[in-house]
Amino acid sequence: MKIVTVSGPPSSGKTSVIIKTIEYLKKDQLEIGVVKFDSLSTYDDEMYKKLGVKVKVGLSGNLCPDHYYMTNIEDSVKWGISEKLDMLISESAGLCNRCSPHIRDVLAICVIDNLSGINTPKKIGPMLRLADIVVITKGDIVSQAEREVFAFRAKQSSPRASIIFINGITGQGAYDLSLRLKEANDYESVIDKKLRFSMPAAVCSYCTGEIRIGEKYQTGNIKKIKL
Amino acid sequence: MAKEDLASFKLGELLAQYDYARDFFISIGINDIDSNRSLKDFAGDINQELLEDAGLNGEQLITNFLAFIDKMETLKKSSCNIVESITIIGGNDKFGQEENIKLELKVGEVISIVGPTGSGKSRLLADIECLAQRDTPTNRQILLNGEIPDMNRRFSIENKLVAQLSQNMNFVMDLSVNDFIKLHAESRMIDHVEKVVQEIVKCANELAGEKFTRDTPLTQLSGGQSRALMIADTALLSLSPIVLIDEIENAGIDRKKAIELLLKEEKLVLISTHDPVLALMGDKRLVIKNGGIHKIIVLSEQEKQYIDVLEKIDKKMLQIRSHLRNGGVIDESITR
Ligand SMILES: Nc1nc2c(ncn2[C@@H]2O[C@H](COP(=O)(O)OP(=O)(O)OP(=O)(O)O)[C@@H](O)[C@H]2O)c(=O)[nH]1
Ligand SMILES: Nc1ncnc2c1ncn2[C@@H]1O[C@H](COP(=O)(O)OP(=O)(O)OP(=O)(O)O)[C@@H](O)[C@H]1O
Ligand SMILES: [Mg+2]
Ligand SMILES: [Mg+2]
Ligand SMILES: [Zn+2]
Ligand SMILES: [Zn+2]
Repeated sequence: MKIVTVSGPPSSGKTSVIIKTIEYLKKDQLEIGVVKFDSLSTYDDEMYKKLGVKVKVGLSGNLCPDHYYMTNIEDSVKWGISEKLDMLISESAGLCNRCSPHIRDVLAICVIDNLSGINTPKKIGPMLRLADIVVITKGDIVSQAEREVFAFRAKQSSPRASIIFINGITGQGAYDLSLRLKEANDYESVIDKKLRFSMPAAVCSYCTGEIRIGEKYQTGNIKKIKL
Repeated sequence: MAKEDLASFKLGELLAQYDYARDFFISIGINDIDSNRSLKDFAGDINQELLEDAGLNGEQLITNFLAFIDKMETLKKSSCNIVESITIIGGNDKFGQEENIKLELKVGEVISIVGPTGSGKSRLLADIECLAQRDTPTNRQILLNGEIPDMNRRFSIENKLVAQLSQNMNFVMDLSVNDFIKLHAESRMIDHVEKVVQEIVKCANELAGEKFTRDTPLTQLSGGQSRALMIADTALLSLSPIVLIDEIENAGIDRKKAIELLLKEEKLVLISTHDPVLALMGDKRLVIKNGGIHKIIVLSEQEKQYIDVLEKIDKKMLQIRSHLRNGGVIDESITR
């Protein structure tokens, strides 16, 4: 089964891009499934169902979304195998800029959009810098120059990656991505595979439910702002 | 210096040779660079905190840096004259009828695309933009310089062939005209930034009705001024040799000058339009019907003779428009 991880800031166009790409992949009679990871709620599963692909949703609730994703990716792969999928796509909203969802050797896509501001590529960490493919959406509503500057910045931040421009509404560009997806590596399991970069550490007192403010309540992994 | 060795050179030397290399470090949050150390040394004992901030480990830092230098060098070298022609090989219209054409379009030409609403003008532009290979609803194929384009080309931004302008596009950056153009120029890594900024503002002002200055915030430009700036900027700063224009008529800019400006920069210009004056600016006119290219009309000497007349009618309409805008009323004088 081919495995592809798609991540990117909230509302950057991940679902739109995946759906348009699947429309091309379906022409090859590929059986595709999607697992959507989010924190509180999502309507994405409805969109995928409409398209006729198998879909599962995982909501992290009060857990760290990054860690939740990591602790559930192997089960998602098992599900995909049991459903006899040809391709499993995970969609996860990168809720912080320090997200690091990419797994070594597993095709990693990061979706960012032209409206998010030209400094965005600089701000996003491993999710963008270590992606194999950077998809840039919403080029239809900004000027040519802004598209060029944004793409340049994305390239500076993620020089190894291929950059693909996709219009999430019309699907323009999605064919190119579908070709790349067809080349993704096959795996029966992702056990023992490694992340490309460590996840954000989250072991302070607030991770475990502390709600009071003040030094005396803070334990564990703490970093202080330099003022 | 050989690429693989770059990591062993002193950072100071690297920065001297590749002036943009500093951007790489700044963009990953590394501001203090010890110029006497090599990238290898630097990446080898980078401290945990810095590593966290960069979001890259030592090895990844080196890989990304080498890829960065490589891409920036290619970008610097790439010129826009790599495309001389595109060829449209017909597919089928909305009813499955074959289009049966093979049409070569050359850099330096203006092609207008006309046809009823919903006939498929924008679709044709989209086919060109994505270098369709019988993989779009029209089944058209696009060749570059007479050959099937290299797939890698579809994925690399330094070779992005097509610039697009349409009525839906707006500036979203919160910058002055000056800072904006500078930013674009810097991303092209050209040397004469100041000159280009001046030139673009000058050209844009020649196209737009109302003048604007370099200090105007982008978001305060009128629709016509924005469009004029986009065109001038595309002509003078975009690398892409092919320019696709989808409906710019109502923007209140000097369309003729705009097209001339783009042509001066050796571009192939395709314009989808409902506007008669723009339609006649094309050396060739593609007539679209039911999703297919129905007819190709070469601008004839006879048509050329009447362009003046069309322009006069157009001017008259513009006059009436501005008359009404300024609170005028229509009387029998419009028949003169
Ligand atoms: N104009 C324009 N809108 C787009 C484009 N791509 C996506 N959108 C719109 O952007 C909004 C968000 O798109 P989604 O695909 O739901 O984004 P997402 O990244 O999946 O969002 P979450 O899963 O909620 O994080 C939707 O309203 C889309 O229609 C694009 O290329 N152009
Ligand atoms: N040959 C074709 N086969 C199938 N569908 C087509 C074909 N050509 C165009 N279409 C589809 O027809 C629809 C209308 O086309 P398009 O938007 O290009 O029209 P248009 O001429 O630009 O209209 P307008 O003047 O209103 O902008 C689109 O959904 C397009 O994908
Ligand atoms: Mg989504
Ligand atoms: Mg149209
Ligand atoms: Zn995160
Ligand atoms: Zn915590």
